Amino acid sequence: MSRTPLQPRSEPAAPPKRARSVMGRLSALQGRSSRTHNVVVLLLFVLLAALPAVSDSRSLFILLTQVFILAVFAMSYDLLLGFTGIVSFGHAMFFGLGAYSTGLFLSRFEATLPMLLLSVIAGMALAAALSYLVGVLSLRLKSHFYAMLTLAFAGLLLVAAEKWRSLTKGSDGFTFAIPEPLKDRATLYLVCLCTLAAVYVALRRFTRSPLGSVLQAIRENEQRTESLGYRIVPYKIAASVVAGAAASISGSLYVLTLRFVNTTVFSMDMTLNALLMTIIGGVGTLYGAVIGAAVIEWAHQLLTDLAGVHPIFERWIIFFGLLYIVVVLVFPSGIAGTCASWLSSMRRRRQPEDPEEERP
Amino acid sequence: MNSAKAARSAAPPILETDRLTVAFGGHAAVREVSLAVTDRSFLSIIGPNGAGKTTLFNLLSGQLKPTSGRITYKGMDITGLPSYERTRRGIGRSFQLTHVFPRLSVLENIRLAVQSRAGVRYDFFSSLRRHRKFEAEAESLLELMRLTGKRNSPAIQLAHGEKRKLEIAMLLALDSDLLLLDEPTAGISLEEVPAILEVIRDVKRQGSRTIVLIEHKMEMVLDLSDEIAVLYQGELLAHGTPAAIMGNETVQSAYLGGWYDDAAEA
Repeated sequence: MSRTPLQPRSEPAAPPKRARSVMGRLSALQGRSSRTHNVVVLLLFVLLAALPAVSDSRSLFILLTQVFILAVFAMSYDLLLGFTGIVSFGHAMFFGLGAYSTGLFLSRFEATLPMLLLSVIAGMALAAALSYLVGVLSLRLKSHFYAMLTLAFAGLLLVAAEKWRSLTKGSDGFTFAIPEPLKDRATLYLVCLCTLAAVYVALRRFTRSPLGSVLQAIRENEQRTESLGYRIVPYKIAASVVAGAAASISGSLYVLTLRFVNTTVFSMDMTLNALLMTIIGGVGTLYGAVIGAAVIEWAHQLLTDLAGVHPIFERWIIFFGLLYIVVVLVFPSGIAGTCASWLSSMRRRRQPEDPEEERP
Repeated sequence: MNSAKAARSAAPPILETDRLTVAFGGHAAVREVSLAVTDRSFLSIIGPNGAGKTTLFNLLSGQLKPTSGRITYKGMDITGLPSYERTRRGIGRSFQLTHVFPRLSVLENIRLAVQSRAGVRYDFFSSLRRHRKFEAEAESLLELMRLTGKRNSPAIQLAHGEKRKLEIAMLLALDSDLLLLDEPTAGISLEEVPAILEVIRDVKRQGSRTIVLIEHKMEMVLDLSDEIAVLYQGELLAHGTPAAIMGNETVQSAYLGGWYDDAAEA
């Protein structure tokens, strides 16, 4: 439309000075918080990247590598649950596609870096195609259809992986060699860290794009989004495709650290992992998913270590249940969400209400 | 009933309904309504509660599909078009019950409307400069609706009257040719009504848009309208100039008598 937007006729085009100063200050505040975020993330990245130089604790590397990989998986789930408001019960299928794709490529062909890259790309393409298919089939219906259909497809892939023994060796799975440079724990650790950073930046950019802002509008009020002139289905499909492709990356990395793949990558437990990490960390923030992955993996490790103290700790799933209940009670909007609202209410208390901000 | 239509028939109607009917179960909420809205005119729809005013809006904006009948907009049959297509073609609508994005900031609520009007839909790799342009436009609408102080609050934290103002700001951001306003002043405190009225008057004064208003406040209706349509139990009872409607005996006996009871309740 070429027509200029509606302008207040009775008022001059420029807002009054007082209002502008408030606006200026507010946007400066927003800019500052975004800058704080960038500084914290960069600092964290540098610290973690420097870790191999100061420590060679094998168990720490393994733990953190695992956190990075599952954080990617949880972030991809957050894109659906936290940003678009879509519930998926079969997110593991995208994880599994990446896992099997990398496992098969590296076992059937030469275990080289280009081959690894190719396998990751193939996994992403497969996951994107499958999530597109599931999305087209179910996303124009009510939201629970997507949940059910993803559950069904994940089940289908699990059975396929079990039965197609000539390709997958069934639930026994198979081991494979990984590219020579990645056999070093520290190198693999850095690769996973860099992947996490890259996926985080890409997804953050995606969620803050015009398309991403519409996803959040859909989460908030689907009907209103449509009445603003947005067609809902393509947005949901876009979210589903990007989430699927990102989940596939984490699956590829996961089997790379194990040098082994079997059907558990398609299991319901994988999906539940993503769900728990996202909710415990805080939905709709991306970094919440990273926090959630760290908390869950660390708790898992702690409980496994405690199994030596008393055998009850071997039943770590019981304690996960308890942890989940506690977190939901204490952090109703996840660790990230609740801390953010604490911070903002603290800031408000410290700075008494700006009189200029009141309405005339 | 058609006396007013004849007076304005020189200009072609921008919107026309032909025996528009929607039934829920056996109950026809809107029955055989044939209504023509003159281009760039101001039409008010009045009628007692439950007369089918909002249902008619839902049919016009595409939230509901009619059981029978046709809707023509700018000479095109839009009866089967989904609501987003109608919005893109220039039919904008505000809702009677506040219908905003609760956990998004007030600015973001408006920015989304600006972005849609600009046709930026599938850009997934943001250009921040573009964002800023939308933001600036959203800011000027905030200023217009005197909501600047609430710029960064989530919409859920607004008072009811402020939500209504946000609702109107979002509608203005869409820059539609046809504005459907569903009780824009409902639930707004008396001292805030003039500000909203001024905005509506302003849009009318610009003269480039068609406005259809659902309203209960008769003085406001009489002041703003070129034409008035009266709905009663889902049917179009009368349609004409304000003077003709006020002098219409059927309207007087069937509705305006009951009108004052209705106003007293509210």
